[in-house]
Amino acid sequence: MFGIPIQALFGQLLLGLINGAFYAMLSLGLAVIFGLLGIANFTHGALYMMGAFCAWFLLNLFGIGYWPSLILAPIIVGLFGILLERVFLRWIRNIDHLYGLMLTLGLAQIIEGVFRDQYGSSGKPYAIPAELTGGYNLGFMFLPTYRAWVIVLSMIVCFGTWFLIERTKLGAYLRAATENPVLVQAFGINVPRLVTLTYGFGVALAALAGVMAAPIYQVSPLMGTNILIVVIAVVVIGGMGSILGSIITGFSLGLIEGLTKVFWPEASSTVIFVIMAIVLLVKPSGLFGRAS
Amino acid sequence: MTKRILGLAAASMLTIGTAQAQISDDVVKIGVLSDMSGLYSDLAGQGSVIAAQMAVKDFGGTVAGKPIQIVSADHLNKADVGSAIARQWIDQDKVDAIVDVPTSSVALAVQDITKERGKVFLISGAGSSDLTNKACSPTGVHWTYDTYALAQGTGGALVAQGGNSWFFITADYAFGHSLENDATAVIKSFGGKVLGSANVPLNTADFSSYLLQAQTSKAKIIGLANAGGDTINSIKQAAEFGITSGGQSLAGLLVFISDVHSLGLKVAQGLVLTESFYWDQTDETRAWAKRFSAEAKKVPTMVQAGVYGAVTHYLKAIDAAKTDDGKTVVARMKETPINDFMTKNGKIREDGRVIRDMYLFQVKAPGESKGEYDYYKQLAVIPGDVAARPLSASECPLVKKG
Repeated sequence: MFGIPIQALFGQLLLGLINGAFYAMLSLGLAVIFGLLGIANFTHGALYMMGAFCAWFLLNLFGIGYWPSLILAPIIVGLFGILLERVFLRWIRNIDHLYGLMLTLGLAQIIEGVFRDQYGSSGKPYAIPAELTGGYNLGFMFLPTYRAWVIVLSMIVCFGTWFLIERTKLGAYLRAATENPVLVQAFGINVPRLVTLTYGFGVALAALAGVMAAPIYQVSPLMGTNILIVVIAVVVIGGMGSILGSIITGFSLGLIEGLTKVFWPEASSTVIFVIMAIVLLVKPSGLFGRAS
Repeated sequence: MTKRILGLAAASMLTIGTAQAQISDDVVKIGVLSDMSGLYSDLAGQGSVIAAQMAVKDFGGTVAGKPIQIVSADHLNKADVGSAIARQWIDQDKVDAIVDVPTSSVALAVQDITKERGKVFLISGAGSSDLTNKACSPTGVHWTYDTYALAQGTGGALVAQGGNSWFFITADYAFGHSLENDATAVIKSFGGKVLGSANVPLNTADFSSYLLQAQTSKAKIIGLANAGGDTINSIKQAAEFGITSGGQSLAGLLVFISDVHSLGLKVAQGLVLTESFYWDQTDETRAWAKRFSAEAKKVPTMVQAGVYGAVTHYLKAIDAAKTDDGKTVVARMKETPINDFMTKNGKIREDGRVIRDMYLFQVKAPGESKGEYDYYKQLAVIPGDVAARPLSASECPLVKKG
């Protein structure tokens, strides 16, 4: 097809899906935070980077390997996120979104600057855990075991989050608290605590993505900025705050980007923004967003 | 009356100034323009500033009786940002020389500006061989390495070993294209062929798609015409996708010691690379590197070592010429042979290219390394005249052809 063997195309689609898995996990966290707190969280990239660094610290300072890090790093970074929410973000919740954008962007710059100053830009190596090295020969491509794991885990996490928010009682409280915080508070639910925990959860998702990314990319202070812009575009395309929208858009944009890398590699860093522009023209609230 | 006296005083001061040395604004100002925050900041960046400061300190802090001052800025790897800084430095801040400038697209823009305004441009970080070819300048000196040398070194060595079919993964900007073109010429001159290439945007995180394309091409050698963080991620992911165990070899056409350090020897071992400097070559290089490391907390790359050498040579020329006029100083620099810890019997050619030996290294296996930063073993010396494009093939207007 178009001069490319169909088998090779399968491989490329699979790789696109893997990158899409990272987009989905990160945009999911952003969507949860935006949907429930109304904050466009530009620190998300920096927190993703902190997740990867946290795994690196755990390994190099305490000898704690990949598997415990998958749980520990999101908890540690999530707690840091809760601190951020308590100290900074809660004061700006009821004012214009623009302030939240400026504040989170500034915080991201500071976090990143500190890490770059300490660890340089080239990054630190993080090995793939022994259980997941090697790969499968699928006939049309060599699929590293680790990448297969990334896709499976991210799908579980994405579905789990969607289920938690859209199908459980806790999720119902959360959604109600965003619609009408005063009323929900009147029912005896501690809304501010709920909001703080939600932010912590969104941050933990970013940190989990960071731990998963550590063995593939270098653990680098720059990894967050590089991916954040794309992820913001994913959230905008999916519809700000739409959980399902961000998951589906994340995976499908990974696929589209993967195809672009084959047919027109020069445009691979641009294609997502072209799509964003088109979507905004045709459906300003995003593919899955509700017009407000 | 007072006005006239003041005028006379000013005029007399002016004549005293000219009678001594002609240093504009009574200060020699050197601007280190580099990537301070992005993917090249480890191989150049703050380390280049430290190297320039060391050169000034070692020179005694003054030249021709005037103080030397260093300023620095971050060009963010963007040609427009770099140009704006260069213009402001020269037009308003009276900067006399701009140094380093990794990222060839930025360096080509700065070359235009310095050429137009007759200011000195000492290039260490950028690689495009166009800087001394089509885009050469009478006040531009390309100090440390260029894509032609890398192609001759790494490219030539691998083709000679039988790697006669190539697929390029190329950074999609001036440097990547220049490197791919220069390497292609070398491969073809040895009778090899290029099966394909993918132009990848600068600062890409995931190279798996391109590696898979390279794998499908069945080329013996996958040439990485990129640098810094991009090279690190390509090499790391090539290991993940079993490229080398599948019989293909990886050729990092521009690999710095900072990249090897970041990758770790386990992943980087066996890579063949071309550099003009390695800290552990001679007693002199070790001594200099030790002083650098004491400040920078890491070993110097060839770019940073080159900044030191270039600034020193520049200051010596000012001292000898008693002026900081760009054209005069660079002409003097070209007359003087270069001898420092890194460069032996080097010289600057009329097109601005520094002729120096380059070295072909191989990255050691973890077992061979005796300590931190003990990374390279030397395979060959590439003589200066082989590592530089012959003047007969030059498109630089400064080169007079007989």
